[in-house]
Amino acid sequence: MARTVPASTRIGFTALAWLIALLLFSPILWVLLTAFKTEAEAIAASPTFLPQQFTLENFAAVQDRSDYFKHAFNSIVVSVGSTLLGLAIGIPAAWAMAFAPTRRTKDVLMWMLSTKMMPAVGVLIPIYLIFRDLRLLDTLQGLTLIMTLINLPIIIWMLYTYFKEIPVDILEAARMDGAELWNEIVHVLVPMAVPGIASTLLLNVILAWNEAFWTITLTSGRAGTLTAFISSFSSPQGLFLAKLSAASLLAIAPILLMGWFSQKQLVRGLTFGAVK
Amino acid sequence: MKLTPILVGAFTLALAASASAQTITIATVNNGDMIRMQGLSDAFTAETGIELNWVVLEENTLRQNVTTDIATNGGQYDVMTIGTYEVPIWARQDWLVPLDALTSDADYDVDDLLPPIRDGLSVDGKLYAAPFYGESSFIMYRKDLMEKAGLTMPEAPTWEFIGQAARAMTDRANDINGICLRGKAGWGENMAFLTAMSNSFGARWFDENWQPQFNTPEWKNTLDTYLGLMADAGPAGASSNGFNENLTLFQQGKCGMWIDATVAASFVTNPADSTVADQVGFALAPDTGLGKRGNWLWAWSLAIPKSSQQQDAAASFIKWATDKAYLETVAAQDGWANVPPGTRISLYENPEYQAAAPFAEMTMGSIYAADPTHPTVQPVPYVGVQFVAIPEFAGIATNVGQLFSAALAGQMSADDALAQAQDATLRDMTRAGYIK
Repeated sequence: MARTVPASTRIGFTALAWLIALLLFSPILWVLLTAFKTEAEAIAASPTFLPQQFTLENFAAVQDRSDYFKHAFNSIVVSVGSTLLGLAIGIPAAWAMAFAPTRRTKDVLMWMLSTKMMPAVGVLIPIYLIFRDLRLLDTLQGLTLIMTLINLPIIIWMLYTYFKEIPVDILEAARMDGAELWNEIVHVLVPMAVPGIASTLLLNVILAWNEAFWTITLTSGRAGTLTAFISSFSSPQGLFLAKLSAASLLAIAPILLMGWFSQKQLVRGLTFGAVK
Repeated sequence: MKLTPILVGAFTLALAASASAQTITIATVNNGDMIRMQGLSDAFTAETGIELNWVVLEENTLRQNVTTDIATNGGQYDVMTIGTYEVPIWARQDWLVPLDALTSDADYDVDDLLPPIRDGLSVDGKLYAAPFYGESSFIMYRKDLMEKAGLTMPEAPTWEFIGQAARAMTDRANDINGICLRGKAGWGENMAFLTAMSNSFGARWFDENWQPQFNTPEWKNTLDTYLGLMADAGPAGASSNGFNENLTLFQQGKCGMWIDATVAASFVTNPADSTVADQVGFALAPDTGLGKRGNWLWAWSLAIPKSSQQQDAAASFIKWATDKAYLETVAAQDGWANVPPGTRISLYENPEYQAAAPFAEMTMGSIYAADPTHPTVQPVPYVGVQFVAIPEFAGIATNVGQLFSAALAGQMSADDALAQAQDATLRDMTRAGYIK
């Protein structure tokens, strides 16, 4: 029997949900509005909500000083490339842990997660030296590789969680019908785990897109992504807030649009197996 | 028509072109003068055929990137923008190429560089970085509010006068603060100001044996004066205020006085951004009659790391960006008021510059008032006016800055902040091996 919820409770929770959503959205809204203000208005001691003098000059200045499209291209290559490479490694790894576990599987999973707890700067010098010796500094290949490595624990953990929801009997039935390991993974497991794989893919594209520490440290112009692009508009001296906002808006726009259009897939994937 | 030979030809041509074009990578900070240099640099490429790859970053990010690269001999950059803090440390580590090509070039006229700035960038008489722009700090004040308070700002005021004027100019009902000073914690934020201020009170970071000096009456006098001034005449929430926050307050007419970088002069006198542009006066940083003023000295400079594979091309770029002709190029395009200040004597002798920049004379006076090799009243074993040129300083001063910022926010007393600063600095200097 469906539970009846009083109208007042429903309205109250709806209002609360809107309030939380607005709070979460407010920084992006602030960036959006500031990008169209003049620098003087952006730093005014009595801030204005809407731009009093609507201007596009910040976007012109940003494009004039820097190459947005080159940085956007690099961001796409690194985020998509590292995610696909991560999935290519993560799917077989998660299959092994979910369907052929050993007594050390849990420990391996915990160890992988623990690598995410180390501050990135703790391994900066060794990684920098390795990249220097392998001539990977300021290359898209190097950046794709490091992004794959830092996101791999999350990819494997997410896939492992989704794969655990899939009945092992189905895979065994496929094996009994003569499916080899490759066919079992590609033609049986992957189609059943599409929502989980899709949400893993989307989440990792977003994580790789937003990663700043390694992309700024390991590049010097040629392979710089949009996070390096934003960083070049921040300054402790002088007027820069409106230009920084314009640069930020340009940098987040593609990923914001991607998130908007794929939200159904993202939510479906993140709640996959929540009700069992 | 077969496309393959055409594609192969085009590919070969592209390869040949990329192989023949020499490209150098320049790491620099995001501020107006550097961005202008980036905009004008097509002329350098046209003149020399050397392509430029720019990496523009916020100051702290840039410092982290170039330090990582130079310490690991990474070779990502051919020209690095570094400050007067890094130059002596890195030169002693043998990480930088001495700029002999510039100093021996009569056209470059190295003797035209302002002596305090040149000294700050030299080690054992060798120049290791060429100054792109230099700055000191001075007092910017509101002439109308000073007049209303019935006072006249001397050209070289004392801290006593500044205290009196700040309190007289304060008008809480109309949201006017007599003085705005840095309070945000950081070695380049509140500690740049407080270290320079302490020099004028006769204080010093270390004695000749590297013993910290925060337990001396000179430091207590410095901190008490600062906290008293800010409590009586400073803005609310001053412990969060750095350069930009105070710039905003001053431009919005909320400060009677502001002691900060000379580079701010062009911002506060620009009518497009400042509501008080026509009311701004300038004076030297205050003193207490002990022979040192509370102003600092800084120069963003261009240096060549030893890891660069293209040192000659890097040197030719540095020459282009820091010689007299560059100043004329900027003046021709954007006017004399916008040329990078604080590096060359000839600029301050130029009548056109003097006419365009009302703050020129005071800026040069402030630069000359700072001596990085003898920064304090009593002798010290270090160089640097608002910093101590040792690698450990950034970490130590950031810790001390947090304590002083907490004292400004009322979270601890001045005595507690000084005592903790003394203990922490003593511990760090002992660990680092300076104190046996």
